[in-house]
Amino acid sequence: MKKIINEPQHVVSEMVDGLVRSYPQYLEKIPDTEAMVRSDKDSMTGKVGIVSGGGSGHEPSHAGFVGKGMLSAAVAGQVFTSPTPDQIYAAIKAADHGKGVFLVIKNYSGDVMNFDMAKDLAELDDIKVKSIIVDDDIAVENSLYTQGRRGVAGTVLMHKLVGAAADQGATLEEIEQLAQSALANIKTIAVALSAATVPEVGKPGFTLADDEIEYGVGIHSEPGYRREKIKTSKKLVTELLEKIEKNQPLKSDHQYAVLVNGMGATPLMEQYIFSHDLLDQLEDRQIKPVFMKVGNYMTSIEMAGVSLTIFDLVDNKWLEYLNYPVETIAW
Amino acid sequence: MLTAENTKKWMDSFYRKIEENKDYLSELDTPIGDGDHGNNMMRGMDGVKNSLAQLQDPDLKTVLKAIAMGLISKVGGASGPLYGTAFLEMAKKCSETQKVNELLSVALAGIKKRGGATEGDKTMVDVWSPVAQSNAITPKIIDDAIASTKDMQARKGRASYLGERSIGHLDPGAVSSGYLFTALLETEGTL
Repeated sequence: MKKIINEPQHVVSEMVDGLVRSYPQYLEKIPDTEAMVRSDKDSMTGKVGIVSGGGSGHEPSHAGFVGKGMLSAAVAGQVFTSPTPDQIYAAIKAADHGKGVFLVIKNYSGDVMNFDMAKDLAELDDIKVKSIIVDDDIAVENSLYTQGRRGVAGTVLMHKLVGAAADQGATLEEIEQLAQSALANIKTIAVALSAATVPEVGKPGFTLADDEIEYGVGIHSEPGYRREKIKTSKKLVTELLEKIEKNQPLKSDHQYAVLVNGMGATPLMEQYIFSHDLLDQLEDRQIKPVFMKVGNYMTSIEMAGVSLTIFDLVDNKWLEYLNYPVETIAW
Repeated sequence: MLTAENTKKWMDSFYRKIEENKDYLSELDTPIGDGDHGNNMMRGMDGVKNSLAQLQDPDLKTVLKAIAMGLISKVGGASGPLYGTAFLEMAKKCSETQKVNELLSVALAGIKKRGGATEGDKTMVDVWSPVAQSNAITPKIIDDAIASTKDMQARKGRASYLGERSIGHLDPGAVSSGYLFTALLETEGTL
């Protein structure tokens, strides 16, 4: 393991301190936690608070999206480990300005349980809390015998939508409704070239040979659906796009938002090449995305690979929310 | 019969087992999870040790609650809420009964409710269930329960994404639960 760290067990607290000290204009730390809240308190007055979080190792998620127009607070758990209920609860309290708090949770058993317990604690304090469990990863085919589909890069688009709606004064119920209807239209699929190494573990979560790739890997090195030899960018796009199409037909008369997300170690150069091939293949289907983002948004430490998220903008309002101005580190 | 005193001793013994087997638990977690179960449990037991050290002459309920809060606030992941809920349920019940099997039964019900897992899903439930149901816990009951998870296919948690590939590995949460019950067996006066 070769990483720019001090003690592996202090990775998260030192990262959080580094973040809030580097970007005091966006973030401040909630005392005695690894949770961060928006510094611009005025921007939250009279509005529903939006709280997200999860294990660390997905930077810039989730603290990078805290700021006016997006998240009110974010909680950083240990690396690839859900944060604890007391910390989530502290973030809920900091984000509550009398209109309730909306939680964005990724569908992992740990996240779901810890956020659930935090919700119970907040409700004891008479804070209204609602939530969405994001499960955009289509790699998991059969949810009957698993935890269900995982929450991955599409979560960032969810943050953007609910954050914009909250900033425009939407109620907690309206935000819940928005999140539920949008979720059904967000689909993500990934390909990995190499695995991530959790600092406290010291070795990669899985191994791929030099010329091997794996389709459908999750953001904590969860296994995907197929391994094969590395292919050209064009062929990777074809595989991922066809996989998405099987779940959500791509129609030339629909409007789409696209997120090409780097998993951590893949250079932007490669992400742009992938995007170029993607746009070609969408063009073959007479589709020109109305919104696109390329870059590292939901990473998996130093995993190499990309994920592709396609969001079918069934409701015109959603594009407006995606384009709504924000003040964050990373959007 | 659990008392404040022997429950603290039970936790001391569990702490030592987690400390000794931290790397082994993380290794078990690598092929079917994300390789951090040992580290997470160690952080939790440090939390438990600290909370218990701060108590002065506590009763059983206070001890069980302190264990629960230590685990809930330090472990994270799925294990934190599950172990935490188990001890919280025991804390709620212990004014009524201090019998180990009755307390373990309410703890098991809490784990099942929190995580939604049932017997055969390849989780800690597969150790908690036979232990809670036995009138006399023995090392064999514990060991057999742990071993039974090896041939199961995971249906809950991150291991479930492996499908059939999860078969052939012990469940790390079942193994750490085994340490908890072995520690209980080795603590005088609890049974």
